[in-house]
Amino acid sequence: MSTVAVEVVYRGIFQKTLARNIVRSIVFAARKEGKYGTAFGRYGDSPERNGIPAKQFAIVADDPEELEENLAVYEAQEVDVTINVDDTMCKGIESWAWYGLQPINALTKPGGTLIVTSRQEVDALIEDIHQKDQPYNISTITSIPSFSGLWVYKDDHTDVRILGALAKVCPQLVSLESMVEAIQDQGWDNLKVRSAERTYERTTMRPVEPGEGNQEEPFSFDLPGWTTMEEGIVIRGIEQGGGFRGGNEGYQPVRSSVFKKYSTRSMRPIVNFDTCIKCTLCWLQCPDTCFDVTPDGLYDANLESCCGCGVCEAVCPVADCVTMINEAEFNDNDSQYEMWQKDKDGYTQWMTSLIEKQKQVDRTHGFHHVGGYAEEIAEVAED
Amino acid sequence: MTTVEEQLFMTEKEELISGSEAVAIACALADVDVITAYPIRPYDTVMQYVSQLKANGAFDCDFIVAESEHSQFEIVKHASSVGARTFCGSSGVGWFYAFEAIAVTAGLRLPVVAMVGNRALDDPGAFGVEHNDALAVRDLGWMLYWVATAQEALDMALMAWRIAEDPRAFLPMALSCDGSFLTHSQAIVNVPTQDQVNRFLPGYDRGKLQLHPDNPITVAPQVNEDWLMEIRRQSNEAMTRTPAVIKEVYEEFKQVFGRGDPSPFIEEYMMDDDPDIVLMGMGTLALPVRVAIRRMREQGKKVGFVRLKFFRPFATEEVQEALGSSKAVAVVDRDYSFGSPSFGGVLFNEVRAALYPLEKRPHVVNFIAGLGGREVRVRDVEDMVEITQKAIDTGKIEQECNWIGVRE
Repeated sequence: MSTVAVEVVYRGIFQKTLARNIVRSIVFAARKEGKYGTAFGRYGDSPERNGIPAKQFAIVADDPEELEENLAVYEAQEVDVTINVDDTMCKGIESWAWYGLQPINALTKPGGTLIVTSRQEVDALIEDIHQKDQPYNISTITSIPSFSGLWVYKDDHTDVRILGALAKVCPQLVSLESMVEAIQDQGWDNLKVRSAERTYERTTMRPVEPGEGNQEEPFSFDLPGWTTMEEGIVIRGIEQGGGFRGGNEGYQPVRSSVFKKYSTRSMRPIVNFDTCIKCTLCWLQCPDTCFDVTPDGLYDANLESCCGCGVCEAVCPVADCVTMINEAEFNDNDSQYEMWQKDKDGYTQWMTSLIEKQKQVDRTHGFHHVGGYAEEIAEVAED
Repeated sequence: MTTVEEQLFMTEKEELISGSEAVAIACALADVDVITAYPIRPYDTVMQYVSQLKANGAFDCDFIVAESEHSQFEIVKHASSVGARTFCGSSGVGWFYAFEAIAVTAGLRLPVVAMVGNRALDDPGAFGVEHNDALAVRDLGWMLYWVATAQEALDMALMAWRIAEDPRAFLPMALSCDGSFLTHSQAIVNVPTQDQVNRFLPGYDRGKLQLHPDNPITVAPQVNEDWLMEIRRQSNEAMTRTPAVIKEVYEEFKQVFGRGDPSPFIEEYMMDDDPDIVLMGMGTLALPVRVAIRRMREQGKKVGFVRLKFFRPFATEEVQEALGSSKAVAVVDRDYSFGSPSFGGVLFNEVRAALYPLEKRPHVVNFIAGLGGREVRVRDVEDMVEITQKAIDTGKIEQECNWIGVRE
């Protein structure tokens, strides 16, 4: 008697079909071994929003009764394997339904495995991932974030590569042979079978010790009770805001204490305060009011409320003044303006190096960059 | 110079008016801010009288004739959220067409007062009274009152705003008025003075929940499963607080206006000697039942009548106390609930459930009568009592639900 639960953490809409393919294939493969399973998306994520972290689950058991017992929960309380298909979510995920920030490994069982598709070194990922009290394993698949979404589906084999890795790190779930059969049953070609087998061969696990990783306390809040909640389905508005950092000059809006949005981001804007012409466009066009106005009339992106849409970069009339950079390059949400003020030369150097690196097309901008995806596929294929 | 409005309600006087006209006059006396309308018989009589009062300069309000019942209820819902005292209403399927707005009005705890001119649901198109229209909202957080006379219509309307707008409640309230019997027949009604009403009915203050630029709030956001149950629990709590509010308001009304029953929830008729058989029903049905009871009493039959006034909140304890010492209860439903327990009516099943915890339970027999505005005759009531007596005599209910006055 055993039940195995797997979750796929993915970017809403952009990776929806990918997640669906993975969880469904798991159940198909388990069926080959006479097991019973279910695949479902977390209802609270629906309707999905572009880029906002969402989850799908596959639960497999030896018999229907056992499966039923594990279905009595809405969201699994713990899983044997967590699959993260965009490494920027290693910093934690906030669904759009006001849950606070959940560490990517929150549900990963002691001794379980976290599979991440990434081009980063595993140690760099662990730096982002919140530490746990219990040991677990991490396994990486070299890949850019797959854009196998609801509207646009790029078949880049990420689904089958993950299935191959899964058979390796969690042999109690299903064998590679069953995975291959499930892949073939869905009418997928032999190239996809080969991708699964190759990933199976290459996959290794790196144990993560208790206490290892990001020490930050994830952002959380207490859900109100019926006696403390406002009546009439009323949510009180937040204050208007005031001067920059509480001063008399500039402007800084007050922001929601229960919804931050930043885990939606796969890229973030970096601002060149020296070339900014104070045209106000980024501040005006930002859909999330994320720019603080500094006393000297510059615009500082508040990185707890920036969802990484890239509108600021698009509307900025000055070359390289606002540039979207891969979120994986950063480990905090600190103010760029304050960094620049403290050490202008140091900031300029840091910023320039990031922009240069970005120009090497390290990864696409939040799935938007036209043509960039095709370029990177070719590059990854060579690896 | 006094205005027409002031002159009109300067002295207390008797008027010969229908239940609908009484409600319209109550709207003027209560100085309702926003009234919406869309014609459907029999509710439309209220809008006729409201527009007449307005045209005559006797009543100043925003009177909006909407393009449908749905909009009609949406408009008052929003007006109520910004702090306006509101009134609207409908009948039959018109009430159902507004159902989405009606449901959220209760969810948002908005004290809209509505009149339901009870009417049969289509199809077939029919104008006569059935209670199924108003009863459809019984689970949603609306207070539901069944009116029996034009005087009661006026009095309860005045109390309705006071009860609904009490911050302990902040729940909408519907006054159910039987089509034709109440909406279209005129009776002598004592119309109070504006001064009396002003002493009784304060303005509507939505307080911290008022939607206003100076009080920035979001009303009705999207929530998930980890928020919704608390919201429902709050609505339930508000409803459990309403009996106390109703009692308080009713007592004060009696003091200011000098009329009213002992209880706001039920009206008892010939119940002092704990009769063996108690009839129970709602609305204008009271009239033939009372006549029938007087006749049967003359023949020495111990029969009484309990008229349920508030269907929501349901006064469980008062109903238990009134019916608990009888041998049998005959519940008369002017509604149907196809497929319900015993295939009986809505009121029947509620009353039977309320009596279940009693140690000594009376028989509960159900009668479906007067559907579609068919008259419930004195003879019909006598038939009901006869069938109920049989249950007492044999100790067994032969048929729990009986359709009365229906052709075979």
